Amino acid sequence: MANLTTNFIGIKSPNPYWLASAPPTDKAYNVERAFKAGWGGVVWKTLGSEGPPVVNVNGPRYGAIWGADRRLLGLNNIELITDRPLDVNLREIKQVKRNWPDRALIISLMVPCDEDSWKAILKQIEDTEADGVELNFGCPHGMSERGMGAAVGQVPEYIEMVTRWVKQHSRMPCIVKLTPNIADIRKPAEAAKRGGADAVSLINTINSITSVNLDDFSPEPMIDGKGAHGGYCGPAVKPIALNMVAEIARSAETRDLPISGIGGVTTWRDAAEFLTLGAGNVQVCTAAMTYGFGIIKELTAGLSHYMDQKGFTSVGQLVGRAVPNVTDWQYLNLNYVTKAKIDQDLCISCGRCYAACEDTSHQAISMSPDRKFEVIDAECVACNLCINVCPVQDCITMEQMPKGATDPRTGEKVGDYANWTTHPNNPMAKAAE
Amino acid sequence: MSHSTTTPGIVAGRLHPEDYAQHFDDLYPDFDPHEAMVAADRCYFCHDAPCITACPTEIDIPLFIRQIQAGQPEAAARTIFDQNILGGMCARVCPTETLCEGACVREAAEGKPVEIGRLQRYATETLISKNSHPYTRAVPTGKRVAVVGAGPAGLACAHRLAMHGHDVIIHDRREKAGGLNEYGIAAYKAAHGFAQAEVDWLLQIGGITLRQGWTLGRDGTLADLQETYDAVFLGIGLAGVNTLGLDGEAIPTARDAVDFIAELRQTDDLSTLPVGRHVVVIGGGMTAVDAAVQSRLLGAEHVTMVYRRGRDAMGASDYELNHAANEGVKIITNAMPIAIHANGTLREVEFAYTHAGETGLEPTGETFRLRADQLFKAIGQTLDGAPDGLTLDKRKIGADGSGRTARSGVWAGGDCTSGGEDLTVTAVAQGRDAAESIHASLTGNDA
Repeated sequence: MANLTTNFIGIKSPNPYWLASAPPTDKAYNVERAFKAGWGGVVWKTLGSEGPPVVNVNGPRYGAIWGADRRLLGLNNIELITDRPLDVNLREIKQVKRNWPDRALIISLMVPCDEDSWKAILKQIEDTEADGVELNFGCPHGMSERGMGAAVGQVPEYIEMVTRWVKQHSRMPCIVKLTPNIADIRKPAEAAKRGGADAVSLINTINSITSVNLDDFSPEPMIDGKGAHGGYCGPAVKPIALNMVAEIARSAETRDLPISGIGGVTTWRDAAEFLTLGAGNVQVCTAAMTYGFGIIKELTAGLSHYMDQKGFTSVGQLVGRAVPNVTDWQYLNLNYVTKAKIDQDLCISCGRCYAACEDTSHQAISMSPDRKFEVIDAECVACNLCINVCPVQDCITMEQMPKGATDPRTGEKVGDYANWTTHPNNPMAKAAE
Repeated sequence: MSHSTTTPGIVAGRLHPEDYAQHFDDLYPDFDPHEAMVAADRCYFCHDAPCITACPTEIDIPLFIRQIQAGQPEAAARTIFDQNILGGMCARVCPTETLCEGACVREAAEGKPVEIGRLQRYATETLISKNSHPYTRAVPTGKRVAVVGAGPAGLACAHRLAMHGHDVIIHDRREKAGGLNEYGIAAYKAAHGFAQAEVDWLLQIGGITLRQGWTLGRDGTLADLQETYDAVFLGIGLAGVNTLGLDGEAIPTARDAVDFIAELRQTDDLSTLPVGRHVVVIGGGMTAVDAAVQSRLLGAEHVTMVYRRGRDAMGASDYELNHAANEGVKIITNAMPIAIHANGTLREVEFAYTHAGETGLEPTGETFRLRADQLFKAIGQTLDGAPDGLTLDKRKIGADGSGRTARSGVWAGGDCTSGGEDLTVTAVAQGRDAAESIHASLTGNDA
């Protein structure tokens, strides 16, 4: 059985699964339950400055998007940082860490954007013996209106400044949590690195309105006839998160910056994907909120099983393994020619591939009166849409044309690797070397 | 309870009083909204979907299922009713496994089709249960059409004609409208008075008058109707029944299954309806199954269904036959009745095993007897005398694709005509199409 132990910026945990800073990590009761279930670590729900705690709405806090059979695909929330007194949280953190010394316990922080506030909170948490801090620069609702959370995360200079304060006034490892509500995720990551961050974690939630009540004409979740945008998370955001993680992992400026991957991790596979794109561990929230802490058993067993199958003995061997293969479009091989092929034995004749190709793509699938569907190679551009809409797994496959074969669509022979940078249609093309 | 399943002879009240309601309740309850969403999500929205082609009324099934998915079952109902105004009953009685669900690509893929019938029922129920009728009449044309027969064909024809603004007078020999929906199918397929509720709902279109207790031939001829009305539609069904041609068949306890089913449907308190301890049903169609299963549900101890050919040739679907078997009906195939044994009361029915010989069905020489207190004959129905001036085709009224008969101004559809299978859904399609043809004829837009 593969060893799932991870050492993320010096913080050890028995597996790479941390619960993200969120409602599941708001108090000792939940965190104790999580550790009992087997979670490797938690990022305690964001603490604010001493003083009157924040207040939350008293109407619904969550909105959702569902798939078939009400499978929850996306969740949005308008909950704020912890609304419990600071001293209660600190006392509980200290006790939990004492009870669970082998688990990672990180404290998420969000205080006003001045050095004194940060200095004060860092001093207050020092005593807890927590393993590190995560700076919440991501929360997109409520706190951002008060100049915190995403309001900081959207300004790289602020990120750098605050991170520097934290590193100055604390010896704890520091993770900067990034908001995805920004044009280029590399900029805040670079700022965090300049400020001395030990790692970044991403993504925080995405600005969103999940739905509109069409009777009352208000966004959901509706509070007394009105709604505010919330932060979107869950399986629906994973593709966005994977790209942002990969962008940081492959950028020359940030490629050595450790990443804690967050965004829709629901099964071991999601976690493995984050790891291969450069995340050193992953944080989970929506899946736990949907199914409870018990999912950790599948997450750990699944990852371990996969690693055994692949011959990986440590999580580190997986980290970043796909990063070299993340490239820009211009470097993709234009001489990689494939054609869709429909397995007639598996085909159930639903005709979805035909409708998709005929109506919206390249008219490359024929339909006979007896509902036999076949690919017309001379029209097929290998777009993959037919495969994506086919309800039968592996019924349609992409078959690579061998080198030297003639593509019936273009009449050209399949050649060696060549990309856009040297293509004759590219006005900026450089001569092939 | 004075009687039990083992009480000899033909008696009523074989069951506990509360068992009757349970036995004759809906075979499948309606989907709740979540079940409907889950079932609807299984539809692939096929291109040029095979289920539509398989439906005699060509309901746009993927569209109505998508409308359920999108949270508008009422709109789904409208899609169904546009093609099939009796979509509520069809959802209950259609042999979906040989029609839409049989053609579903998920049947081919997994042996588990999208539950189209139950989804159709869910959708149609949203409008019918609210008694909300979605159609209005066109401007009255002043034309009057006589429809003979208030069964599925006649009702579908009448509704479509009324929609087009014509006045329709439905003539029917029975007390209640609905035809076989009211008199001819098993009670558990149309529980809770659905057949009448559907008729009431359908008639809300307006412009349709019911003239009950009126029998063609007795109370008026086709010529009389043509004199009074601008057009005539015949949806008279098959009122005659085939006989076995055996001595002793006239004994009162050897009945036509259709009569038994009709009596059962019209009996409010089923604990008063007598049934034999030993029941034999002869036939292999839906009527035979409905008679056999309902005999069991009334408390008959032994019910045997005997069909002269093999199972493949039976009119009843596999689904129906499996249902009968599950209800404890014994099914014997390849056996034909050769004698009825009675000494004042029915005792036994004697059968000869058969095989396919050179000249057709031949006895093998082996015979057997079944004990019988009660015998139900379900060996097919016939047209009970065709009105003058109509040509017959396969012993039924000949009609073209639009329902036109050989007699000008007379259209026909449903079981009384030769086209299509004798299904409710086929009758609806024929009634509807005849209405369109009549409408075109009355408005001078004949093709």
